[in-house]
Amino acid sequence: MMKRNGSPSANGKGVRLTMTLDGEKVAFNRGETIYEVAERHRKDIPTLCYDPRLEPFGGCRLCVVELEGARNPVASCTMEAQPGMRVRTRTAALETQRRILMEMVASENRDTDVDPMHGYASQEMAELLDRYDARTGRFEGAQSGASRDDDDNPFIKRDYDNCISCYRCVRVCAEQEGDYAISIMNRGFHTQITTEFGGLLKDSACTFCGQCIQTCPTGALGDLKALANKDVPGETKKTRTICPYCGVGCAVDVMTREEKIVGVLPAMDGPANEGSLCVKGQFAFDFVGHPERLSTPFIRDEKSGQLRPASWDEALDFAAGKLKKVVKDHGRRAVYGIASGRAPHEAAYMMQRFIRGGLGTNHIDNCSRA
Amino acid sequence: MSNPLADMDKPDVIFCIGTNMTECHPVAATRLKRALARGAKMIVADPRRIGLAEIADVHLPLRVGSDVSLLLAMAHVIAREGLVDEGFMAQRTAHGEDFLKHVERYTPEWAAEICECDAQDIEKAALLYGGADRGAIYYTVGITEHICGVDNVQSLCNLALLTGNLGREGTGVNPMRGQNNIQGAGDAGALPNNYPGFQTVTDLAHQEKFHKAYGRKVDLEVGMTKVTALDLCGDGIHAMMINGENTLVTDPDRHHCEHALKSLDCLIVIDIFMTETARVADVVFPATAWAETDGVCTNTERRVQRLRAAVPPPGEAKPDWWIVSRLAQRMGWKGFEFESAKEVFNELCSLSSTYAGLDWDRIDRGEYQWPVPEEGHPGTPRLHEERFENGRGIFKMLEYRDPEETLSEDYPIWLTTGRRLPQYHTRTQTGRAAGIDYLLSEETLEVHPDDIARLGLEDGGWAEMSNPRGCLHVKVRATTKSPKGTVFASFAFEDVPVNVLTGGGYDPVTQTAALKACPVALKPVGPPPALGGAPGPQPGLGRL
Ligand code: SF4
Ligand code: SF4
Ligand code: FES
Repeated sequence: MMKRNGSPSANGKGVRLTMTLDGEKVAFNRGETIYEVAERHRKDIPTLCYDPRLEPFGGCRLCVVELEGARNPVASCTMEAQPGMRVRTRTAALETQRRILMEMVASENRDTDVDPMHGYASQEMAELLDRYDARTGRFEGAQSGASRDDDDNPFIKRDYDNCISCYRCVRVCAEQEGDYAISIMNRGFHTQITTEFGGLLKDSACTFCGQCIQTCPTGALGDLKALANKDVPGETKKTRTICPYCGVGCAVDVMTREEKIVGVLPAMDGPANEGSLCVKGQFAFDFVGHPERLSTPFIRDEKSGQLRPASWDEALDFAAGKLKKVVKDHGRRAVYGIASGRAPHEAAYMMQRFIRGGLGTNHIDNCSRA
Repeated sequence: MSNPLADMDKPDVIFCIGTNMTECHPVAATRLKRALARGAKMIVADPRRIGLAEIADVHLPLRVGSDVSLLLAMAHVIAREGLVDEGFMAQRTAHGEDFLKHVERYTPEWAAEICECDAQDIEKAALLYGGADRGAIYYTVGITEHICGVDNVQSLCNLALLTGNLGREGTGVNPMRGQNNIQGAGDAGALPNNYPGFQTVTDLAHQEKFHKAYGRKVDLEVGMTKVTALDLCGDGIHAMMINGENTLVTDPDRHHCEHALKSLDCLIVIDIFMTETARVADVVFPATAWAETDGVCTNTERRVQRLRAAVPPPGEAKPDWWIVSRLAQRMGWKGFEFESAKEVFNELCSLSSTYAGLDWDRIDRGEYQWPVPEEGHPGTPRLHEERFENGRGIFKMLEYRDPEETLSEDYPIWLTTGRRLPQYHTRTQTGRAAGIDYLLSEETLEVHPDDIARLGLEDGGWAEMSNPRGCLHVKVRATTKSPKGTVFASFAFEDVPVNVLTGGGYDPVTQTAALKACPVALKPVGPPPALGGAPGPQPGLGRL
């Protein structure tokens, strides 16, 4: 996921803070956690309840490391780095502990493998199960939540049989969105992710931004619009672009298979949004392939007065003919251009170039006045 | 925006006016919420109890169109309480003394009479903003879509100049731009007064520069605004080319607009759907849509970003630039032999002072915020850091003016318009995206419960809303989100064309339409025929 911390520089007093990571002396910034320092040094510590955009939570304990002087391993995602610390990120004991943790996590879930269309982070648990070869079925766990098949919303699948209670969804909703639409009921094995009064998302403070889907590491939450396309043949390709709606300019990765858009992922490194999206950017993409899209030029038939399809050649000549006639009858100042605030620069630029470079007037505007 | 989006988590005091940010710019609003979680305070001035108002420290439910009075009184309090940033005023502004004198008579009590807010709340808001180390102002079209839109914006600038809240992290006067590339359309020169890069058309040197580039001399005279052009259709303007705008539904005074477009000899529309506007055109060209088009857009913080094609367009749809340049060639004009979006964008950069340091390859990762005056320049996330473009920040002596139309016995209720979160504009896109209708499938008129009782309306029943420009039927919803005496509807749904009613005046400088304040009459009616009511057409809906 996205990284926020830069490389360490000397602190205010000109003293470099250092610690030892797996025997190597490394520098860090004040306030960084052990995990963040290790991440910068490509240590690849496993995590499950961690999302770099959120406050560290320390729930899953998968990220534990050995800290010299501490009796038990410590959670690296919550522990701040201190000068002189000596930390080991990968030892036989740690790896065993992590494997057992993963085996237990797997035992709580109905499915350990979910379709990647569920969301951005949906493969995190499955990848860790592979990494630790932890699909042993050694433990018999109780599933820690019950699915909400009754929620008929068209965007967010709520399949809590696959929930591991990492609370990432709850935290992203509170910390990142400030919406507090989802909450936690009960503790331990009985933990259940829920909404206010246990109702439907529609009746909660939920704005359907989809952030909970994108941070869920197990696919307990899933993107229903993308999942509807899970059987579209072909490899999923991602294309970085910008949301087509408002002026915030959130970056997205459009997922396509062959010639069809199958879903949208937020760009965690998008400069304007840093991984956030709203309901429009996340879910309102399928106007693009809509059957009502115009696919050919139309011209108004002189006889019938109706619009009828035409070839480009015919339509361009028809339009140019009409424009030339207006210029001949009423002069070049009789032509006006309105550019779009929805189309790219090249469209607006060419519109003004047409009016200025072609007709020599400034009769050009865009739609910002209404 | 004067400041980057990233600055939005940083102010101590946030002042939002005329912006329904949680619905219109949701991701930007999340940043404000994070600032609040950090302890920032927020003032929200909006007639309606919008989402932001619910989480504000002070909500000023001002009467639509009365912003100038409120802002004058805030300046009055800031001056009276000695909260002005004297150093900033001395070093960076002009006419400060005059302004301090000017606001002496505009007390909160005076403003309270006009804007219908509590004088004490005005005082409180002024003390908050005036006392901030980092005070940031955010606004949207709730400020500009008035006959005094320019005065409103200048009033906000006055406040920022008075308190030195410009040119620093977490401060600024920040318009939130509505459409994904509305900033870019202006940057690219689609303005009657500016060439690309905001170079004025009345300047001889600019005329010379573009004469050389385009091989044709362009008039020194400023062009008409769209509003004037629509007024002169059939009488001076005889042809229009409209790109990607559903003018008929988005523009004020729909009847007037429809009549205007139909009186043209030639209307060319370039769009992705057969919109209401396309249906009255002589020629409709099919354009490629988002995710089918390579190009560039600029967001509200002036960040220049790449749009990339991911799928092929339907049938024979073509990029807008291709369509317009090919039409230019058919007109017999030289210099329109463009072959790619890259070529077009690079020409724009070569002629624009704000984009001079950019080109297609350099903006690949969206790192730059304009102005980028030369190659190697890092871009300008924050404007006005060292100085203002024209030297000093100038205080404007403004007076409050009533809207062009005010309440009367016949039209005793304010209608104000806007957007709703799940739907965008006229729904040409969101209306065709699966599932969005689950969240919002019909338009309703938001009316305060007391007004419902007073006017004999019914929650969930129907109302006839009218004024001299038109009349329509709309379903009523009782909500205290609307203040007493003001109703709200969006223009997203074609069956509730609220813009048949709007259009009472324009800002004299920008000619922006007064879409936010419009007196109407309301009375109960039966449901429409489709729902078991008496037959008869939706009044005000002309057949296209
Ligand atoms: S639904 Fe997903 S994100 Fe939320 S607590 Fe469960 S596993 Fe974590
Ligand atoms: S995702 Fe939402 S907030 Fe972001 S650009 Fe799109 S419409 Fe705006
Ligand atoms: S990732 Fe550190 S405790 Fe879960």
